[in-house]
Amino acid sequence: MSDLRSLLLRRGPLLAAALLLCALPFYLDAFWLRIGLFSMAAAIGAVGLGLLSGTAGQLSLGHAFFLAVGAYGYVWLAGEPGPGLPPAVALVLAVLLAGAAGGLFSPVAGRVKGIYLGVATLALVFLGHHVLLTADSVTGGFNGRSVPPLELGGFAFDGSGPGLTVLGVPFGAEERLWYLGLTLFAVTWFTARGLLRGRPGRALVALRDSETAASVMGVHVARYRSAAFVVSSMYAGLAGVLLALSFRRVVPDYFSLALSVDYLAMIVIGGLGSVAGATAGAVFVTALPLLMTRYADQLPLVAAPGSGDGSIGPTEASRYLYGAAIVAVLLFAPDGLHGLARRARARLRRRAPAPGAPGAGPVPSAAASPVTTDTTARAKEHTP
Amino acid sequence: MTGFLDSLFNGLALGSVYALIALGFVTVFKASGVLSFTHGSLLLLGGYLVAVLHDDLGFAGALALAVLVTAAAAGVLDRLVLQRVGGSDPHAAHVQTIVTIGVDIVLVTDLARRIGGDLLPLGDPWGSAVSDLGPVTVADSRVAAILVSAAAIGGAFALFRFTPWGLALRAAAEDREAAALMGVRLTRVRTAAWCLAGGLAALAAVFLVAFPAPGLERTTGQLALKAFPAAILGGMASPVGALVGSLLIGLTEAFVAGYQTDLHVLGEGFGDVAPYAVMVLVLLVRPAGLFAAKGAVRV
Repeated sequence: MSDLRSLLLRRGPLLAAALLLCALPFYLDAFWLRIGLFSMAAAIGAVGLGLLSGTAGQLSLGHAFFLAVGAYGYVWLAGEPGPGLPPAVALVLAVLLAGAAGGLFSPVAGRVKGIYLGVATLALVFLGHHVLLTADSVTGGFNGRSVPPLELGGFAFDGSGPGLTVLGVPFGAEERLWYLGLTLFAVTWFTARGLLRGRPGRALVALRDSETAASVMGVHVARYRSAAFVVSSMYAGLAGVLLALSFRRVVPDYFSLALSVDYLAMIVIGGLGSVAGATAGAVFVTALPLLMTRYADQLPLVAAPGSGDGSIGPTEASRYLYGAAIVAVLLFAPDGLHGLARRARARLRRRAPAPGAPGAGPVPSAAASPVTTDTTARAKEHTP
Repeated sequence: MTGFLDSLFNGLALGSVYALIALGFVTVFKASGVLSFTHGSLLLLGGYLVAVLHDDLGFAGALALAVLVTAAAAGVLDRLVLQRVGGSDPHAAHVQTIVTIGVDIVLVTDLARRIGGDLLPLGDPWGSAVSDLGPVTVADSRVAAILVSAAAIGGAFALFRFTPWGLALRAAAEDREAAALMGVRLTRVRTAAWCLAGGLAALAAVFLVAFPAPGLERTTGQLALKAFPAAILGGMASPVGALVGSLLIGLTEAFVAGYQTDLHVLGEGFGDVAPYAVMVLVLLVRPAGLFAAKGAVRV
């Protein structure tokens, strides 16, 4: 019985969050569901980049390229012209294709380090964009291609086909895709946490902190560096597929350097090296511009879109906020949103025992506990 | 043959402008270990200032003021923002690199909002004039680009080589702690390096948007990204490397564009991305650039 209670206490917040996310489509309209969908897709990609840049310390500006490989891989494999495979098979193959693209880059990723790797991955974005524009027969060129909807055992994840109503709520494309996104995100969440908490995660952290020390401890440096790239690209590919399904059309200009920078910003704002942080950063970066555009008329200092030049439109306002957020987070909370949350939790825990011990009073307990909380915080620093 | 000479000349002109930008990257990297993503927006700032001021101050006055203001902006950015980030963290330079991305987003958004969809002329004295140089016809602006860049780069190298600041910069790049113990004020050396880079970026802006380019537009800052491969090719810590890398990148771009019809298989507009392809190939062979110091890791 006490086992069950402790399990519930430990897993409770996660379970509650999962239940809440499952219930949301019954209460929110398509606009909010779309924000959620984009956020989930971004979170999957951000978790992948977090694994690579946050945990393994390999700066990558090429994430947009791997997203593009996933998205276009799915569209080509499932559509016409293309092999026209069943969409579910195409999804799996697209993810593998993105992983293979990451693997092909491993001769560079395994050797080039730090800033050099960052700029080398920059090349992927520009070369990839060029290929997307010129390989018309596969990618549809400048105008892109429309995305075939995902079908699983006769159930289509879009608005077409027989209407579906659950508990009085009509299930259109957004509602159906929401559950698909949720499933894929759950897969990402658990696999990434498993990876980070297990042997590979510790090896990658060791690599980041000191390559020499890690290789002395028996970590195969080049292999782990390449593997981190492959796994990260596979998450990016999955995110790309989900993005393609939500957009219903893929165009080359979306997969630009700005997208790579967005993903980098997500993991930095969220806090490097943590799955929850990457998710929080992804939601922040994705939802901010969409919300600003929607509520532009109610915000002070922000003009409605297209109201003359010189005024600050919602897009600009969200860009300002977004750039300022990156600077502010790194200035005042270098460990990101995740670090802020952890410090808040530590403070709550420190305060909690005080009322239970009336004789001791808050002052001595506050004076005694920082030492212990500090060490726990430090010990936890690199765990996800 | 004229096609070859044309491409050669264009490549040299492009390369010398890229060298101005790449030298900025390298100077900043040597002094602070930061890869400056703000460079594109500083370049845009310099160009924008010249564009709005040249009516009142004349081209030379506007350019001088733009160089000074951009240099000051870069210095302020380093002193007031970057140096406060990261503290003693060994990865501080990486964190500061990401901060420069944030600053770049804010600056570019603001400048792009001011520029709007316009093409701003810079009022440069060369206009669209051309002269005949032997068998090839060259744009005066490109000749000016080569000459001014050569002078500016020569000046920067003289600064590195002969001034106390240059000595301090080289000492700090070699061994930060030892330099500090010898009395080098690292923060000042660093800020001065940022100022120099900012000034060079403003100068480069003028030649990037001069004829045959149509004028300053909101995306001009992105051209600075092409100097990334140049700086990386040479090895981030080597000014000579940046120079060689820039010429290589400029020539690559010009020749690929010049012989586009023969390279049809690579697709239209490959010239724009060819620098990146060259960079990846070089990094495969020499992972730290062509002119990198022999790497020795202290354990």
